[in-house]
Amino acid sequence: MSLSGQLINVLAAIMLLIAFAMLSQRRILSLIELFAWQGVVLSLSTFIVAYTTGQSHLYFSGVLTLLLKVIALPWILYRLLHRLNIRWDVETLLNIPTIMLIGIALVIFAFNLAQPISQLASTVTRATLGIAMACVLLSFLMMITRRKAVPVVIGFLAMENGLFFAATSATYGMPMVVELGIALDVLVGAFVFGIFFFHIRETFDSLEVRHMEKLKED
Amino acid sequence: MEILLLLGIPLAGGALLALLGGRRWAPELGVAASFVTFLAAVALTVRVIRDGPITALERQFFIDSFNVVLVTLTTLVGFTTSLFSRPYMRIEADRGKVTAGALRLYYAMFQVFTFTMLLALTTNNMGILWVSMEAATLSTVLLVSLYRTPAAIEAAWKYFILCSVGIAQALFGTILLYFAAEKVLGSGGTAMLWTDLNQVKSQLEPTVMSLAFVFLLVGYGTKVGLVPVHNWLPDAHAEGPTPISAVLSGLLLNVALYAVVRCKALTDGALGTPFAGNLMMGFGLLSVVVAAFLLSRQRDIKRMFAYSSIEHMGLMTFAFGMGGAAATFGALLHMTMHSLTKSAIFFAVGHAAQKSGTQIMDDIRGLIRTNPTIGWGLMLGAIAILGVPPFGVFASEFIILTAAMREQPWATPFLLVALGVAFAAIFGKVQPMVFGETTLPRLPHPPALIPVFVHLAIVLLLGIYIPPYLAAWYRQAAALIG
Repeated sequence: MSLSGQLINVLAAIMLLIAFAMLSQRRILSLIELFAWQGVVLSLSTFIVAYTTGQSHLYFSGVLTLLLKVIALPWILYRLLHRLNIRWDVETLLNIPTIMLIGIALVIFAFNLAQPISQLASTVTRATLGIAMACVLLSFLMMITRRKAVPVVIGFLAMENGLFFAATSATYGMPMVVELGIALDVLVGAFVFGIFFFHIRETFDSLEVRHMEKLKED
Repeated sequence: MEILLLLGIPLAGGALLALLGGRRWAPELGVAASFVTFLAAVALTVRVIRDGPITALERQFFIDSFNVVLVTLTTLVGFTTSLFSRPYMRIEADRGKVTAGALRLYYAMFQVFTFTMLLALTTNNMGILWVSMEAATLSTVLLVSLYRTPAAIEAAWKYFILCSVGIAQALFGTILLYFAAEKVLGSGGTAMLWTDLNQVKSQLEPTVMSLAFVFLLVGYGTKVGLVPVHNWLPDAHAEGPTPISAVLSGLLLNVALYAVVRCKALTDGALGTPFAGNLMMGFGLLSVVVAAFLLSRQRDIKRMFAYSSIEHMGLMTFAFGMGGAAATFGALLHMTMHSLTKSAIFFAVGHAAQKSGTQIMDDIRGLIRTNPTIGWGLMLGAIAILGVPPFGVFASEFIILTAAMREQPWATPFLLVALGVAFAAIFGKVQPMVFGETTLPRLPHPPALIPVFVHLAIVLLLGIYIPPYLAAWYRQAAALIG
């Protein structure tokens, strides 16, 4: 395997590690840092793919990732924590070992699911598709195990990272216009979430998700 | 040209209303923007009928007889809803339920929401379709939570999280679709264009396409409100302002189903098996049955009609899944009828709830005495949605059921039982609300219910007589998506 292929695999492994770290991270501030690091790894791997394959539009999407996911989104989230005054919030997570075990099961599942697609792919990065899917599933797991609104949203953003990684590893990235549209949606989404956090806090005096489980199907 | 107007006016209207929304004439400006958008849609329709399918801007936009039906419908209901929301929101503001800032947000976002739906309908690019569906969620989240009550915040949160997660699945499906397309069409912008994909659909890799369709169906299906990913829908409908319930039910669900149908056409071509159709039939049937039984347990009037929307969307999904000219024709007709009727019902319900000061059905009584116009509007709307002839819903349901009888006989008993249960539930609850005894005095402000009767009149007319050109138009659309 070529050097770039190995580099990409290493970066993919780091992505997965970060996804696991986010799953068990209790401090919200550290969670944002991890999210930013995931963005760094993502854009690095995009740059390497762009360099090896000569797909010039990938440079552009790497820069986009860097701007959006390493700078803009973490900055917005950080400002939010500051304004909401929850910078030092620590979440109590129950059963971290169980969540980790479920996470491992998800990774195995993702690899099995990705197997047939990876075999069809002709990209140098095809081996990482399983990892990309695992990242998506782990972020999803994070969303459903968290009790506070901000980590749930970080989980959602991390899921988008995983999807983006999947797009790069399976197809060398989507057409530019689509990628720009997705980036715009994510950015607007982050703003809407931001406004929404204030509404939640104003109404419930806290950012715990359990306040928002009252409407029942009856 | 028409497409630019169609998309440009709501976008410009949204920006203008965001900037100057505080003025007294903001609602009128919104109505005007919606009306001009509707005119643009009519012009576009005329052109498509005359010239056949058109593409524009380097094939980035694509209009055929399938989506032009929905474009016209969307702009029409958008226009009547803006007419309805003018007096409705004014009363809400007078009662102090919404602030001036919230009102401004409402009028601006309503236009942006219209824009995202029209973009989703007219785009030829499957990626942009995804982007605009997500944008539609983002533009309505803050509208669902407009009243800032705990329940409204919770509803919006659920809507936001569930639809975002759902739509993330659809993004993965879109990536897989692009992955399959790139093998045939080469990488770059054109590999995501539906028209190009449609031409080479038989060469798309079947394994990837079936996996892609599963993700796309689950993703867009969340927005259609298919069981079991429907949880956001009743909450968002019940807690948001009524005009928003009307456009969510009448339009957004349609647009999401449109996305599913477009994906189904590609998957069918790639697989050559009824896999996609079977999945849709399964989800559709489950939605019809579950929603019908949940209907009877509701106490909140808007929740009840939200479940009714799930039921009807399920029926359409089932019919599109079944495929064939007759079923698809029925499904398209049902889409039109359901949009018009359901939005009319929500208009009437909005006024009824506003006047009674509650959404709990047990506390709404004797509308026919306190306010005959609302009473009749609600009663006729309920009768129409339940599929009583001569209303158009009867015609479309009848077509779907006869097609089901012929193609999928096993499913008809389920459908009939579900429709029967829904009939008993809705009729049993609406009847005392309209004709029951009441002690409430007649209420002051007169209702603005012209949109209700306009919608119901169209539904009635189409139930009795479908003009030949309209029938030909639907038939053409049905042939397109098969």
